[in-house]
Amino acid sequence: MALDDRRQSVTDERLSAMVVPDVGCTAEARQAALGRVRSLGLPQGRDEYWKFTRPDTLVQPDAPAASIFKDDETPVFDSFDRLKIVFVDGVFAPDLSDDLSLEGVEIDRLEDVCCTDDHWAEELYGTLEAAGQTPVARPLAALNTAYAGDGVTIRVTGKPSKPISLIYTHEAEDSDVFLHHVIRVESGAEATILENGPAAARFNKCMEIDIADTGILHHIRAQGRDHQRRAVTHMFARLGRESVFKSFTLTANGVLTRNECVIELTGDDALAHVAGACVGDGDFHHDDTVFVTHDAVNCESRQVFKKVLRNGATGVFQGKILVKEGAQKTDGYQISQSLLLDDDSQFLAKPELEIYADDVVCSHGSTSGAIDEDGMFYLRARGVPKPIATDLLTLAFLAEAVEEIENEDLRDEINTRLQSWLERRRG
Amino acid sequence: MLKIKDLHVDLEEETKTILKGVDLEVEAGKVHAIMGPNGSGKSTLSYVLSGRDGYEVTKGSATLEGDDLLEMEPEERAAAGLFLAFQYPVEIPGVGNMTFLRTAVNAQRKARGEDEMSAADFLKMVRARAKDLKIDADMLKRPVNVGFSGGEKKRNEILQMAVLEPKMCILDETDSGLDVDAMKLVAEGVNALRNEGRGFLVITHYQRLLDHIKPDVVHIMAEGRIVKSGGPELALEVENNGYADILAEMA
Repeated sequence: MALDDRRQSVTDERLSAMVVPDVGCTAEARQAALGRVRSLGLPQGRDEYWKFTRPDTLVQPDAPAASIFKDDETPVFDSFDRLKIVFVDGVFAPDLSDDLSLEGVEIDRLEDVCCTDDHWAEELYGTLEAAGQTPVARPLAALNTAYAGDGVTIRVTGKPSKPISLIYTHEAEDSDVFLHHVIRVESGAEATILENGPAAARFNKCMEIDIADTGILHHIRAQGRDHQRRAVTHMFARLGRESVFKSFTLTANGVLTRNECVIELTGDDALAHVAGACVGDGDFHHDDTVFVTHDAVNCESRQVFKKVLRNGATGVFQGKILVKEGAQKTDGYQISQSLLLDDDSQFLAKPELEIYADDVVCSHGSTSGAIDEDGMFYLRARGVPKPIATDLLTLAFLAEAVEEIENEDLRDEINTRLQSWLERRRG
Repeated sequence: MLKIKDLHVDLEEETKTILKGVDLEVEAGKVHAIMGPNGSGKSTLSYVLSGRDGYEVTKGSATLEGDDLLEMEPEERAAAGLFLAFQYPVEIPGVGNMTFLRTAVNAQRKARGEDEMSAADFLKMVRARAKDLKIDADMLKRPVNVGFSGGEKKRNEILQMAVLEPKMCILDETDSGLDVDAMKLVAEGVNALRNEGRGFLVITHYQRLLDHIKPDVVHIMAEGRIVKSGGPELALEVENNGYADILAEMA
């Protein structure tokens, strides 16, 4: 189908400014992705899934400049023993990174994959992204597959002794970055992947995650710092039988963040939890768009998203559970809640359920509210001044999402970080 | 210690008068009890004294050691030494009990111009007080009141009282929802805190709590005022005959 004129010109304009990297074995996948971008066209404000978040600045040829936020804060996860993989404005920095060898995992730079024959990631690159284009188009992910300049492939074959930590630093004010990671967790293997850092002025990141039967992957991400940064991220996860995927994202700062998560439960008895906590202030706009498909029996999925908004910040949640025919005994849960600290902030939510099986339990809820008055009085009656009480009740509000992090140390790290951000904000 | 004079209170949201001239003085070292039928204004009195929103004082005064309570924010009243043990303690997920206690203690000390307590001293002090109330380490670590049983919540209130060391304690139906053993434990906790410098105002429906926390003075409250005051025997009278006789006497 031909694109309408406006979409065609926006898409053409963007593509004309870019060059598909010369990339050996991923070349075919990149050309196919480019074809998807051309036929889908880039998103526009009137598209069903872009009504609440203006795509303009994510689509326009040049990245809007974003100044680097200087502070003396220790980066998240700094005290953890982990395997560090650092990208500076989207370019892998070997001198800042650890040696990529670790027992139980094979890590390669995407660039090297492209020059290797028969690399395991060759078949996966772009595959889950392509599958995730229906029933809802995600053209910015296809754009990523076509143009990704860097990234890593991670194959988990055992139980690595420490988390794999992807660190994204931001140094150039106009950096426009595409990163693409491919992750495969083999049967019986288990790993934790951490991500943190502002990454770029405009960051487009795509992560394809394939979890084989009984594989387990934990993913914990902190998006913070630079106030003017923009990001659109996609996670496409495919889960095999009895596999587990748990993802948590903490977001603060950033003028625009769109985190899309597309999960397909394809093997029986699999479990997927995806959670997010965000703290937004002023011109902060944060969008979680989640699509979970149950296509197997007796799987469990949870979506837990909490947003604290003030001074005109906007939060968006678009979450869907699709239960396909035959996906009996599905247990689906979805909650999205906002804590609005003033009348200027807004939360826009679109929860969706679509169910074609008759023996399922699916629940969803969405609320917007102010600080709990009973809690406020209780804390103040114990001598806690109002600003500190507000912070404690903010933590209380976010707790359900943060508690989705299974590892206690990492959970504490995220909670401590949240506390210090709230404290700093309090001044 | 606590002086309440001719206190009149309306609900802010609707034109309804709840307290219609309460006079009460609790001396340091004394335990006063307030009993009364439902809707007599007992809980409202505890909320107005501790500074909850939603009430309007139309007349009268309330002072703590001469300081005007009604002019203060709730946290200032707490720092001045007032403590309310809640009838329904609030659950605060995501905030550890210990963090909550330390935040409260240090905020009060700061408000009074005192130094913050060191983490080690604080931990030692809380552990000792918790042990007396049979509160284990796990309960101190868990989020405030989340998943606590009725008895655990009330013991947690008394622990907060023990840790904050207020001058004036108001207990709002602390016995509600407690079985006999839990009530005894809570009462023992309260009794351990009784001393010459501290006043107590115990609000209760039933005499049985007063078997364990022996009051010096018992007040009967009805329709927004104190209608009768006496010794501990007044509580027994209520227990045996209900409020009807006393109220009839007043009419």
